[in-house]
Amino acid sequence: MTSFETPPLSAEQAAPHGRALRLVRILLPLVVLAAGIALWALVVRLNNIPPYVLPGPGAVFRTLLTDWPLLSQSLATTLVTTLEGFIAAAVGGIALALLFNQSKWLEYSLFPYAVILQVTPVIAIAPLLLIYLPQQTAVIVCAWIVGFFPVLSNTTLGLNSVDRNLAGLFQLYGASRMQTLAYLKLPSALPFMLGGLRIAGGLSLIGAVVAEIAAGSAGAGSGLAYRIAESGYRLNIPRMFAALLLLSAAGIVIYGLLALTSHLVLRRWHESALGKEN
Amino acid sequence: MAEPAASPEAFSGTSGLAVSLRGVTKVYDSGVAALGPLDLDVGKGEFVSLLGPSGCGKSTALRLIAGLTAPTSGSVRVSRRAGRARAGHSIGFVFQEPTLMPWTTVCENVRLPLKLARAPAAEANARVADVLMQVGLAEFAEAYPRELSGGMKMRVSLARALVTDPDILLMDEPFAALDEITRFRLNNDLLSLWRNLRKTVIFVTHSVFESVYLSQRVVVMTPRPGRISAELRIDAIEPRGEEFRTSAEYAAYCREVSHALAPPQSGQAGS
Repeated sequence: MTSFETPPLSAEQAAPHGRALRLVRILLPLVVLAAGIALWALVVRLNNIPPYVLPGPGAVFRTLLTDWPLLSQSLATTLVTTLEGFIAAAVGGIALALLFNQSKWLEYSLFPYAVILQVTPVIAIAPLLLIYLPQQTAVIVCAWIVGFFPVLSNTTLGLNSVDRNLAGLFQLYGASRMQTLAYLKLPSALPFMLGGLRIAGGLSLIGAVVAEIAAGSAGAGSGLAYRIAESGYRLNIPRMFAALLLLSAAGIVIYGLLALTSHLVLRRWHESALGKEN
Repeated sequence: MAEPAASPEAFSGTSGLAVSLRGVTKVYDSGVAALGPLDLDVGKGEFVSLLGPSGCGKSTALRLIAGLTAPTSGSVRVSRRAGRARAGHSIGFVFQEPTLMPWTTVCENVRLPLKLARAPAAEANARVADVLMQVGLAEFAEAYPRELSGGMKMRVSLARALVTDPDILLMDEPFAALDEITRFRLNNDLLSLWRNLRKTVIFVTHSVFESVYLSQRVVVMTPRPGRISAELRIDAIEPRGEEFRTSAEYAAYCREVSHALAPPQSGQAGS
């Protein structure tokens, strides 16, 4: 047996000064952001790049302000679509997982098709959906297709991860199927479900954007993605950036809200939401 | 979960027996013979320990009595008080792990069996408060399981088993994972609960010392397949306490049980 010398813990590892560390973790990305914007502005100015090739950050922010009435309306449209797709994905994913959990036959029959729906690129399905469905419905269906699978697979995983002894306890006390579902399986699956919903939130936005772009080329729609496509045709590059910025912000807010919900629901009991010192 | 619910037969409560196993065997789907044939009678109010090495089928025997698994052959009979519809209500089960629902409070964990039986809320509340008092956790009713120590979690588990006021308490190595100091304290608490409530207790353990300290009768089992190899009465004066634990009498019983567990002539120690 060779013996190793344990290296002494470095100062940061041994004593992470809680608040200072948190401050650094907020400040560092902000510094990177500021540096990136400064570099962007510098490159545009030094090379005299015209705004229809690459607008500077100033031009983008000005566009964001001047076009706000238009862009905010598009943002609202995209957000509503995303929300509808997300709700459809959440309800559909959880309901399917519950059905699969109650009936193995159903699971064996349908699960492969859920996988096929997931692995077929949604951008390729969108044009077809737009042919057969009214546009608004098609967009929501796209958001649902990309969003429901993580909810389904995570919820299924959660429903199957029930503690064996707890299941035995429910059996001992003669719990009915509904009681076992409500008091044992659903609470056990909750952390997994919330994880799935967190992924589905971002994916619903992607689904909505993909469908809007597909619809946009057919000449209809008013969401943010449509604005991006339209501005591209008109060489209104600053507006493209402004819309992109809003989309990105919307994604961050959606993720943040879902992460916060997950934390609030689980903070009393689940490992993932507890501080490390516990 | 996939296992079929096995309801042990009930017999009328006049025979003085709480549990009766006759020629019970258990062969798992994999073909492993886990148990038997096994004959075991446990009288009402008796404290019996099943003692044996890991894999001797003692937990299987307990699960058979609880109706969590069905025997491959033989009969399992459990006495049932008149007016009790389901076997589950007359049996309390304490697992090796505390087996608590982490997402809810101590109080709700203990209430679970009553909730599943759809007991009236007021009655359930009183019952929960009562058993939490009995196990000394009254002020932790609103705590979450993760906030409790190992010993306290086990007490919650015990309270949950007691909340339906069962006639029979089945305990599957409940204190095996605890430190010795906590285990001794819980042993004493269990004994005083048993003295007050006079429930039938079947206690599975692999500790000679624990089995002698707690029980009126120690049933020694041998592995693969699990069979009863010896039975010893422990006729010590009641109530037992720290004095008994350090007495020569206790040591003599422990020696006797150890020998029954690993006969000296066999030449190999039981693991």
